Amino acid sequence: MREKASLGDAVWQAVPHPVVVVDQDGLIREVNAAARTLLPAATPGARWSTEVIEAHPTPLPDGSTAWWLSADTDRELRDTREALARERARAAFLDDASAVLMSSLNVERCMEATAQMAARNLADAAVVVAPETGRELHLVHSGPGGSAHRLNVDEDPADVPGLPEALRGFPPVPSRPLDPALLPEWLVPRHLAGLVGSVLITPLPGHGVAAGALVLLRHESQPRFSESDDLYARLFAARAGAALSAARLYAEQASITRTLMRDLMPPRLERLDDFELAGGYRASADHELVGGDFYDVHPAATPDGETLVVLGDVCGKGLDAAVLTGKIRNTLQALAPLADQHEWVLRLLNSALLSPENARFATVVLASIARRDGQVALRLTCAGHPAPLIVRNDGTVEEADTRGMLVGALPQFRARSFETTLAPGETCLLYTDGLTEARGGPLGGEVFGDERLAAAMAQCAGLPAEAVVERMMMLASEWVSDREHDDMAVVAITAPRRTHLSAVDGHTPGRYIA
Amino acid sequence: MRSQGAASAPDAGAVRARLWSAVLDADEDTAVDVVFEAVDAGMAPEDALLDVIASVQQRIGSEWAANRITVAQEHAATAINDRVIAALSRHPAAARPDSAGHVTVACVDGEWHALPARLLAETLRLRGWRVDFLGAQVPTPHLIAHLHQHAPDAVLLSCSIATRLPTAHAAITACQAAGVSVLVGGAAFGPDGRYARMLGADAWAPDARTAEARLREGLPRLRLASTHQAIDDLPHLADQEYSTVNASKGALVAATMAELENRFPAMAGYSDEQRHHTRADIAHIVDFLTTALYVDDDDLFTSFITWTAGVLTARGVPAASLRPALELLAAQLSQLPRAQRLIAAARQTLDSETS
Repeated sequence: MREKASLGDAVWQAVPHPVVVVDQDGLIREVNAAARTLLPAATPGARWSTEVIEAHPTPLPDGSTAWWLSADTDRELRDTREALARERARAAFLDDASAVLMSSLNVERCMEATAQMAARNLADAAVVVAPETGRELHLVHSGPGGSAHRLNVDEDPADVPGLPEALRGFPPVPSRPLDPALLPEWLVPRHLAGLVGSVLITPLPGHGVAAGALVLLRHESQPRFSESDDLYARLFAARAGAALSAARLYAEQASITRTLMRDLMPPRLERLDDFELAGGYRASADHELVGGDFYDVHPAATPDGETLVVLGDVCGKGLDAAVLTGKIRNTLQALAPLADQHEWVLRLLNSALLSPENARFATVVLASIARRDGQVALRLTCAGHPAPLIVRNDGTVEEADTRGMLVGALPQFRARSFETTLAPGETCLLYTDGLTEARGGPLGGEVFGDERLAAAMAQCAGLPAEAVVERMMMLASEWVSDREHDDMAVVAITAPRRTHLSAVDGHTPGRYIA
Repeated sequence: MRSQGAASAPDAGAVRARLWSAVLDADEDTAVDVVFEAVDAGMAPEDALLDVIASVQQRIGSEWAANRITVAQEHAATAINDRVIAALSRHPAAARPDSAGHVTVACVDGEWHALPARLLAETLRLRGWRVDFLGAQVPTPHLIAHLHQHAPDAVLLSCSIATRLPTAHAAITACQAAGVSVLVGGAAFGPDGRYARMLGADAWAPDARTAEARLREGLPRLRLASTHQAIDDLPHLADQEYSTVNASKGALVAATMAELENRFPAMAGYSDEQRHHTRADIAHIVDFLTTALYVDDDDLFTSFITWTAGVLTARGVPAASLRPALELLAAQLSQLPRAQRLIAAARQTLDSETS
């Protein structure tokens, strides 16, 4: 039904109103110049849609339609597009800001990130002011080129109108512009000194924890902060405040944990003149620092006294077990002066653990060490614990002949001690069953076992204590690879191959091995 | 000799030779004296660390590979070197203010060679950095907790065992996700650092001096780009060959071992120890194959096979004995094209080296 006598397409170009001609199939045939600037995507051949614009149709004789684009959409559309682009950029920035802020749980880094991102997107410079904690005020200034640096100033925030309210965090206060003339020097990043045109102070809302304040500064050549800038700044401040308060809570918790854990961590083993001690420790779960295995050292009170080494294993894993290792270590520290009678010490420990609240038992090995006639004298007592291994200089490996009941289970306790001496180069290894019962190996499910441990020990004659521990921890780690494992602890007691001169050469006071 | 001062610092080669015999003898006192004498005579502590101790440590590794020292001697020598480093760090000549910045040095989990990282940490201290040294085998969650608590300017991760590369990748991405830049080093990342780039590390350094220079140039303290996804680094992992082989390592070793015993009746006469060695060798081959699948790199697997061939030859075992194991593995992994490619390349290299 198409009529030949249609208006020539060239005519449309002369029409002063934006118009688009669409054929019967819905495809664009003609776009005049006025419409092209309005709808750059509308090109001949493309499919027509009125979804993006307001338009009024006029049917044409040839069956096609002329769409008259609504006259004032012109400017409206451009404005909308600009607003959309701006909002998109802001949304993308806020999204980015959230991701960056959430990545760190460190207060300093969060403050730096906040200053850097604010200076990049909201202003020409930014200062983050930490909530007041002490006499000094803690700040982060943004610098040129996306940098940020921390500084502490001995200043009073009350000198800056609006800052104390913003820092308090509650009750909520709006952002507040500030006359640049009232801005103290310490709130102006150096590269903007004397050039500040406008200032906005925004609180960082911290959800119950004071998170600080954000000070935004613009160069005098830039427009002042508008209402929309203010809204945008507050949206950013909400994210930064949440991240900062989370970081502050984490830091507080981490500090509490550190304090409580200090006594549960395996001790650093100090170099002793007469014999070497080295320890190795690996908790069962990667995210834990301590578990149910433990070791401890109580140095001799007098030069010719005995040093007491303790190694043990509380049944169970994780923090609950670790708490009991702390109790056992404390108890044994108090009992250390009585250690010339191992059985007596263990009997007292046993009764101390037999409280109704404590359902856990433990295995322990005690080693008393003293230097006698150029050799290291050892007294070993096991309480339900795997017997220590001793490697002799000829490579033979002996199992210490000591046996005893485990502690914390039954009211009575009995144990038999074993005494021996280590010649220079010989080592006694105390270990927990986490080592021998580790599953893994080339086939995956095999137990490491006593035989492999003894075979490994046979290679350790003449080695320094740290080398023995390193070897054992390495073999265990190779054996378990990435598989699950129990807590593991080892302590090596070694008679040095030579007398150490380190105590007399004056160069090396207080060397450590660990 | 001692009084000549810095102008005539002692020859590093001579000091190395003396330290070598002291550590081999596990003689700590002589070892410490050798290094202290050199420093007192004007050798810079950094040169003592890197041109003497590090070189001796390197030689320990190559002497072991050549079967000239035992694994126990290797551990003993390393322990002595470690004590020498500890002693040196307390030498008055090694005192420095820590004004350059704050970094954390750690070994990837499963990496028990702490000495290279220790040497790096001491070098950085000597050059004025504040260093948190976390030691060997640092589980990634511990490392990340450390970063949150201490916010160093950068993390330096050490990894010498190539089979720990997947773990290293996890650690690198975790540190970066916590907003901290990562510099990596160690033999595992390849002689040219190619695996460091592949795994998305911010920087790589072949040695301690270069690492320090790279830190001076500055790594971004704050990583503002947050859209990086770890899988983008290694798109080939989508074929699941790595996960498939990784999940069936034990079974692969067992099946290869059983089939070898079928093919070579002589193995029935093997002692337990020989059988254990063979099984451990096969497990190593499977571990390296798995890692090569992770980074999709022929060289990683081929150079391991070449190295193993050298170690076996040094111990009087013909390198050609690796061939049947490779054939059996190829037969078991016939459905995995990348694994086939890797094994074929290794077999070719082995053929050309043993023919």
